[in-house]
Amino acid sequence: MAHLEIKQLSKRFGGFTALDCVDLSIAQGEFVVLLGPSGCGKTTLLRAIAGLERQDSGQIVHAGRDISHAPPAQRDYGIVFQSYALFPNLTVGDNVAYGLNSRRSGHAPGVLGARQRVVDMLALVGLPGIEEKYPTQLSGGQQQRVALARALATSPHLLLLDEPLSALDAIERVRLRSEIRQLQAKLGITTLMVTHDQEEALSMADRIVVMKNGGIQQIGTPQDIYRTPANDFVADFIGRGNLLEATLQDQSDFKFGKVSLRCDSTLPDHAVHRFYVRPEDICLHSITETPENSFTATVKKTEFMGSSYLVTLEADMGQNKPLVAQFSSNYLEGRPIQPGALLRLSIPAGHLRPMSPSL
Amino acid sequence: MSARELSNVSADASRHWGAYWPAGLLLLSAAALCLFMLAPLATLLIGSVLDDQGHLSFSRFADFASTPGAATATWNTLWVATLVTLITVPLAFVYAYALQRACLPLTGVWRIVGLSALAGPSLVGAIAFIQWFGTQGVLKSWLGEHTVYGPIGITMATVYASFPHALMLLVVALATTDGRLYEAAEALGATRWRKFWTITLPSAKYGLISAALVVFSYSVSEFGIPKVIGGNFPVLAVEIYIQVVGMHDFGRGAVVALLLLAPVLMAFAADWYIQRKQHASLSARAVPYVPRPDPRRDLALLVYCGVIGVIMLAMLGMAAYTSLVRFWPYNLELTLSHYLFGLAEAGVLKAYLNSLTIGALTALVGTPFIFVTAYLVEKTHTGPAWLRPLIRALATLPMGVPGLVLGIGYILFFNAPGNPFNGLYQTLAIMVLANVVHYYTSCHLSALTALKSIDREFEAVSASLRVSQVKTFWRVTLPICLPAVLEIARYLFINAMTTVSALVFLYSPGNMPASVSILHLDEAGDLGPAAAMATLIVLTTISVSVVYSIATHFLLRRHQVWRQLKR
Repeated sequence: MAHLEIKQLSKRFGGFTALDCVDLSIAQGEFVVLLGPSGCGKTTLLRAIAGLERQDSGQIVHAGRDISHAPPAQRDYGIVFQSYALFPNLTVGDNVAYGLNSRRSGHAPGVLGARQRVVDMLALVGLPGIEEKYPTQLSGGQQQRVALARALATSPHLLLLDEPLSALDAIERVRLRSEIRQLQAKLGITTLMVTHDQEEALSMADRIVVMKNGGIQQIGTPQDIYRTPANDFVADFIGRGNLLEATLQDQSDFKFGKVSLRCDSTLPDHAVHRFYVRPEDICLHSITETPENSFTATVKKTEFMGSSYLVTLEADMGQNKPLVAQFSSNYLEGRPIQPGALLRLSIPAGHLRPMSPSL
Repeated sequence: MSARELSNVSADASRHWGAYWPAGLLLLSAAALCLFMLAPLATLLIGSVLDDQGHLSFSRFADFASTPGAATATWNTLWVATLVTLITVPLAFVYAYALQRACLPLTGVWRIVGLSALAGPSLVGAIAFIQWFGTQGVLKSWLGEHTVYGPIGITMATVYASFPHALMLLVVALATTDGRLYEAAEALGATRWRKFWTITLPSAKYGLISAALVVFSYSVSEFGIPKVIGGNFPVLAVEIYIQVVGMHDFGRGAVVALLLLAPVLMAFAADWYIQRKQHASLSARAVPYVPRPDPRRDLALLVYCGVIGVIMLAMLGMAAYTSLVRFWPYNLELTLSHYLFGLAEAGVLKAYLNSLTIGALTALVGTPFIFVTAYLVEKTHTGPAWLRPLIRALATLPMGVPGLVLGIGYILFFNAPGNPFNGLYQTLAIMVLANVVHYYTSCHLSALTALKSIDREFEAVSASLRVSQVKTFWRVTLPICLPAVLEIARYLFINAMTTVSALVFLYSPGNMPASVSILHLDEAGDLGPAAAMATLIVLTTISVSVVYSIATHFLLRRHQVWRQLKR
């Protein structure tokens, strides 16, 4: 049985549909990320689970208990916000101990117990010995770790993270990303995180829930979502990609403009087929080679991305948009690609992923 | 909130009533605001459209219109208010500009000097102008053939008294400009005038409009000044005073009060409408403008501030001096006799103690009520959907209601024979309540500003940690808002000490406040004791402000270490 079960949850703000009959179930100990552009309903869903927003209809069941109408204090979760929401007038120690020894929590370890708990929690998030400091004396990343320690101090069975890394600088964000994931795995706490950053979602989640306009577009592991996006929106939102149109030529051979490519999948007969190709799945060959599924293209533009080059190409494939390919810097070492160069490329048959017909 | 959610609320209420106490408290707040704010004003409104038999009619308006002199009083009120506005706003704008946009030495001192008129009742200016320019005045010759008793005196004294009100608004307006705009203009090679006309003025536009409206309504509704220095120059505010206090014609007073209320309310409605548009113009990422030294500009503005400052201090100084000389201007021997005989022996000193009590009670009652109400409106969410908009509207209402209109509303409502609260009439309590209501809006707004600056997720975090909201209020919200809370208390105390307008209709001979006693002493021709009383009030408000500054300084240092800490 799922640890957290959301059934047919709907919420409107005036004429705006924030959640449209959302169904989602999360297993014990799972790390699930809600991903989508702003206004897609991901934050509303998180706040509804936290009891900070009351849904119009639908049900939320947590650990077998229907909490659809319970006030926040009678639910069992810890929450971390983008703004950290640390109490500025309390020391770090008092912040972490804030939920301990509260009459309602049933968490009454006593003063000494609470102090020990604070020490343990701060050690857990890698900031031992800063009890006496005030939040303003800490960096953003440290503040977010303290917020995490505070949320976890009362041993909740569900951890809610609302864009916890968005306010941090890039380096700190990447570092905290893996720390949170390790901590979550260590404690085995069921976690739901909201983010608009697809890289963050891909690197942290057990499963990703892609949302748009209050509805769920796709639920799956990061690999599923990335490799086989369910629709155009997901394909477009997660990473870069090329959407190519083709007509069936013969069995599994398809005609892309003047280029003919073979696809692994057998497809039902359609007038137009659509395929999805990730930029890094396009292979670069020596111009004299002619492997399967290869074709030539002219370089229009290159962008250096550090670990890789992003190359915009013009190919005779009958597409409106130019083709985008990504080659690792390591692979290209010593062979810089200049605009105007003619390249031989191939798309291996396995990487030509059929998409549902456009609507 | 939908009907279904309402039923949810009632169904859940029995299970965890604890979550619904904020709505209960808010309902109590709303009830108190309705009783002490809305009901008196509604009574005033209804009273003016009922004739003596209690039938709906506009006969009172017709009566007033046909009174000889009514048109003159209305016209006088309007043109004097317009003149005062045209003088005060530019004066205050340049002063505010000097404070915010120039590098003056001792900016803090200039700010205090500019606001010094707030320390005493509005009558201080009127008394001082009489001493400077009156029949026995030192500078009488400056006015040539003209007399200070009349429009000239009213205008000068009102400009003096309303100057700090305009200054406060304009300082804020000039403080909130985005410095990046000036950098962009400089990069584009704009001249100083071009920058002034295209950036400074437009960004201060709303502040200027607000200041103009505040000064205009101040002038329209101020009656202490024309009463003391106005001579035979009829204005509406004095007309009300005569009708109500002199002739006990409350119905007539109500009509004139409504006439006063009309332009003031229109002004505030316009202000509210304009202010709503302002929000988008200032982004959260604005970089504050920091002025750079510019000797030519700074010197000119320093001279300007010096001139205005000398005039401001000359007013307070003249009042103090008058209180200390035996008989102006014939016997300039310094003496405390006005204090000893004019006040203490004459039994008027009790008025001063009354005012201290009223001021302290206003601060003690008003501060918690206003702050907690603002907190409940801003940080809690339960209760019927109409509740919060209602309280927000009620909290903004007093801004547009002149004190004397409120005072007459209070008489009409609380003095009505059938009213169960009748016993409050002419007590100290009703004066305290009138003060809280009168100064509600700006206190409410400072409380809201402080509360809005707090992370809005604190309540959510506490709920997730299962800590009660009351505890979070006590341990977190209140300590963070402490400076604002203390400022509200100080503001209430000082205004309660200095106000005349509402209280003049509400006191009984046994509990006359000090500011009202000045009016009576002046009426009796005892200018020396009147000045002595005014000086006492000024000294009190100044000492309270000083004590307040020192106290907050130490309090913040001791208990709020976290404010000073930086990484």
